[in-house]
Amino acid sequence: MNLFLDAIAWILDPANWSGPGSIPQRLWEHVWITAVVLFIASAIALPTGAAIGHTGRGREPAVRVSGGLRALPTLGLLTLFGIWIGIGLAAPIIALVILAIPPLLAGAYAGFESVDRRTIDAARAVGMRESQIVGKVELPLGMPIVVGGIRSATLQIIATATLAAYIADDGLGRFIFAGLKTRDYAEMLGGSILVILLALVVDGILALTQRRVVPVGVRAARDTELRSRPTRSRAVVGQPIHEGNPE
Amino acid sequence: MTWLWSNLDLVGELTLVHLALSVPAIILSFVISVPIGWLAHRYRWSRAVLLSLCALLYAVPSLALFVALPPITGLALRSPVNLVIALTLYGIAVIVRTAADAFDSVEPDVRQSATALGYSAAGRFWGVELPLAGPVLLSGLRVVVVSTISLATVGAVIGVESLGSLFTDGFQRGIQAEIITGLVATILLALVLDWVCVTGGRLLMPWSNPRRSRRPALSDVRSIEADPA
Repeated sequence: MNLFLDAIAWILDPANWSGPGSIPQRLWEHVWITAVVLFIASAIALPTGAAIGHTGRGREPAVRVSGGLRALPTLGLLTLFGIWIGIGLAAPIIALVILAIPPLLAGAYAGFESVDRRTIDAARAVGMRESQIVGKVELPLGMPIVVGGIRSATLQIIATATLAAYIADDGLGRFIFAGLKTRDYAEMLGGSILVILLALVVDGILALTQRRVVPVGVRAARDTELRSRPTRSRAVVGQPIHEGNPE
Repeated sequence: MTWLWSNLDLVGELTLVHLALSVPAIILSFVISVPIGWLAHRYRWSRAVLLSLCALLYAVPSLALFVALPPITGLALRSPVNLVIALTLYGIAVIVRTAADAFDSVEPDVRQSATALGYSAAGRFWGVELPLAGPVLLSGLRVVVVSTISLATVGAVIGVESLGSLFTDGFQRGIQAEIITGLVATILLALVLDWVCVTGGRLLMPWSNPRRSRRPALSDVRSIEADPA
């Protein structure tokens, strides 16, 4: 526990709050990298995922790509781009974008797919154009799942940006590697605590957002569902209704 | 390729080390998560607490957790046990949620039938709920297998040997072939372990063949009805 006190003392030390490589500067770098990567990855993955979810085309390759990319070790990708491109921000940003795409893509197509086909048919029947269906029906209804994808992508970026300090001189991960080199456990642990706090705060904000974007109508429907359901409902649901006598 | 041939021994050895780190973590996290997931399923009040704890744990960046654990456990930073504990915690964070969903997926009617047939609570769990929750539990396990194998490589930056050492060593010495070997070896290892899980699942749960167990959808019912035969 003494180590934790040392780490907190390190965080609170005024010497670490100003000058080059100070806590605010590293924190800002970390947030900035996360934002840039999230923006680029979203610009690629969200429209693609939405198109896949809307049309239902290309679903299989998308599932395989997002599943396969997940098995990719982050450190391997970072170091590979590190020696390809060299020291600097470009290598970690490209690697981070590649790693952030799978959760974003999965969230986008799962969100659009989750919308009940009957709801979409109804929207088409009342005369909505295809663009209106995407913007006014599918997007709002699928939004909680899309934001869920953004949430896990953001966590992934924050975590991997920490690791990216191994190949670039940026972000809060710098404290961990600097402490590792000089055997300064207080600095390592202090850096870790800052990263953990950043991740938890961002995750909390996105979790709240995820709850906020549930459309009011859906929330109302969910509340009524909580009432006791009739027993043996399954025997009724799924029976085709025969109208007239087709034979 | 020449790098790989002249370093085959090293790659083989690191693969074994990698397995020794990740397999215990995978098994431990599964064994620990199933009861916790069952609790979350069984007691409503515990669900929100347990699942939020898992979400919090999952949000902690891996490198930060590797550094923050030793002062709590009293282990050395470079101890492999430290890494195994961290990987187990991440595994738990993933499986508990799936396990709760898995037990939720067991039809209440089936559970009641089992009780009516005279199953005890424990007998019902082992004989009815666990086998029926099996396929969903397996899907959670597969996610953890892949993520644990990939996550274990991160330990290399703090000095815990694994296939990730190929990344750090290749980066420091500028050997591209070494990094690519590491990437391929890690992905292959994940694929092999995933295959083991799928095959094991098929042997243990022959009823979970997805093509047969799919409940007929409304459209299927209609096409069956429309069939003149």
